Amino acid sequence: MGAIFRREMGAFFSSAIAYIFLGVFFEIAGFFFVNSTIAYGTTDLSGTFGSVFLFLIFLIPLMTMKLFSEEKRQRTEQGLLTAPISITAMVLGKYFAALALYTIGISIFLLFALIIEFFGGVVWATVLSNFVALFFLGAAFIAVSLFVSSLTENQIISAILGFLSLLILYLMDSIAASIKVEFIANILKTLSFYSRYNEFVTGLFNLSSVLFFISVAVVFNFLSVRVFEKRRWS
Amino acid sequence: MIEVKNLCKHYGDKKAVNDISFEVKDGEILGFLGPNGAGKSTTMNMITGYISSTSGQAVINGVDIMENPKKAKSYIGYLPEIPPIYVDMTVSGYLNFVYDLKKCKLPRSKHIQDVCDLVKITDVKDRIIKNLSKGYKQRVGLAQALIGNPPVLILDEPTVGLDPKQIIEIRSLIKRLGKNHTVILSSHILSEIQAVCDRIVIINKGTLVADGTADELSKSMTNDHRMIAQIEGPREEVYKAVRGLPDVVSVLADMQRGENIYDYEIEAKPGVDIRKPLNKLIMERGWYLLMLQPNMLTLEDVFLKIVTGEHEMRQALTENQEKNVAKVVEANEKIDAAAEELRTVLEGIDEERKAKAEEAEKQNDASEGEENKEGDEK
Repeated sequence: MGAIFRREMGAFFSSAIAYIFLGVFFEIAGFFFVNSTIAYGTTDLSGTFGSVFLFLIFLIPLMTMKLFSEEKRQRTEQGLLTAPISITAMVLGKYFAALALYTIGISIFLLFALIIEFFGGVVWATVLSNFVALFFLGAAFIAVSLFVSSLTENQIISAILGFLSLLILYLMDSIAASIKVEFIANILKTLSFYSRYNEFVTGLFNLSSVLFFISVAVVFNFLSVRVFEKRRWS
Repeated sequence: MIEVKNLCKHYGDKKAVNDISFEVKDGEILGFLGPNGAGKSTTMNMITGYISSTSGQAVINGVDIMENPKKAKSYIGYLPEIPPIYVDMTVSGYLNFVYDLKKCKLPRSKHIQDVCDLVKITDVKDRIIKNLSKGYKQRVGLAQALIGNPPVLILDEPTVGLDPKQIIEIRSLIKRLGKNHTVILSSHILSEIQAVCDRIVIINKGTLVADGTADELSKSMTNDHRMIAQIEGPREEVYKAVRGLPDVVSVLADMQRGENIYDYEIEAKPGVDIRKPLNKLIMERGWYLLMLQPNMLTLEDVFLKIVTGEHEMRQALTENQEKNVAKVVEANEKIDAAAEELRTVLEGIDEERKAKAEEAEKQNDASEGEENKEGDEK
């Protein structure tokens, strides 16, 4: 797992992906920081945290699109699958590499909080709880789009399908609202990523939501492992 | 040691590999031979645990690849058909990654340096793999397989894309490795297999069709007793004289080598040595015997024979021919009998006709006679 993690981190930073991802992420976060915090002369960062959700839907699939699809296309996965490591270790190595890059990205929010702290008091409890929520939301999104990447050997298809899946998760509330059967609508509402994340933004730390994000991450990583297992057997 | 027992791989109805069994002993180099699409790579992928088998097992050093894949894989160095190299890494970066991936315990920089020296990639160590030539990429792939010094090496067409000098180097390297590794080497280049391998396994259409050393294989396939003689002398006469020798089944003059010099392919009855009588004959006639060699099959011939199924075809053909001959004889007898019958019938009809005609004539004569008589009476 360690070897794959290190290789993927190296590959992120020796190609343009890390720089594009971090650059765009910093740019968007900075824009919202200026527009929804500094412009209002407030020390409250929740507006900034709230706005960034939508952009993760575009950025995360770009980060994960090639992690499995490129291995498949270049046939390098053959080297990984015949090495003395388990498939789970291989999937998790890649997953944690993506998660590490993502964490570097979102740590800009801590920098924002420090900047605000310089000018006035920051409620660190809300900032940290928002940060934790953003981290686990990303952890779930990365697992979903990594799973999509394991299904195809084309980076573009992987990116578009990843974007679509995350968009559906984002729109879960609207879908639930348009469904008349109450039973199904309720199920969809509990699966809503957006309303769960918004609870944190409004200042509520809900442990069950954290567990929900972690569960999603575990399930989709498990599914990625199954994809490789299945391909071996078919 | 590698044991492969009744290995099968089916894709739906298609049997990519069907019931293959063989064994590779420690320190043996096994050549895996077959035309494209015969199932060589599929078999190797199953032995290395990249894909699962439909049934059967592959055991590496006593460990089943399906039961304990981690341990079995740690014994194997595998170079797949397309080397699994990350083209955007440097050679040393990639080899360090493989070193970590295999959880290698040997001293890092020394071991990697040794492997680089062995496959001669030391001078490109710091270059990005993308920019290397195909031959170098192939050697990086080979280096990757050698990292960790695994006791079993499985190499799928290791010399593809190399120039002749590199091919010779890699072959001698594989031979050297074969002294303390167990090696399976696949190729469709026969001379390579012959030069490197102790034993050869030939597969075709997913089934194992031959297993043995190169000599064994060519011996088992040469059941005809042919030799080629180069004789100087007038062609027609030589042909007739040789054909006239006892126990000679057929003679074929196939190639003119010079003025009055021809190659003759002579087939004798099985188990009969006709070299002495042939020599004597040529001496007596005052011709010259320039060359005499048994027509042994090369590995190439063996391979082609097996792959095209000619060997079995010929056997099947002779059986069929015998049956056909028996049928024809039977049919001929029947036809003869029928013809005989027909003839007798026809003869009978002829005779009848003749008899009738004669009778009619007699009657005519008689009636004419009567008319005449009547006329006379009037």
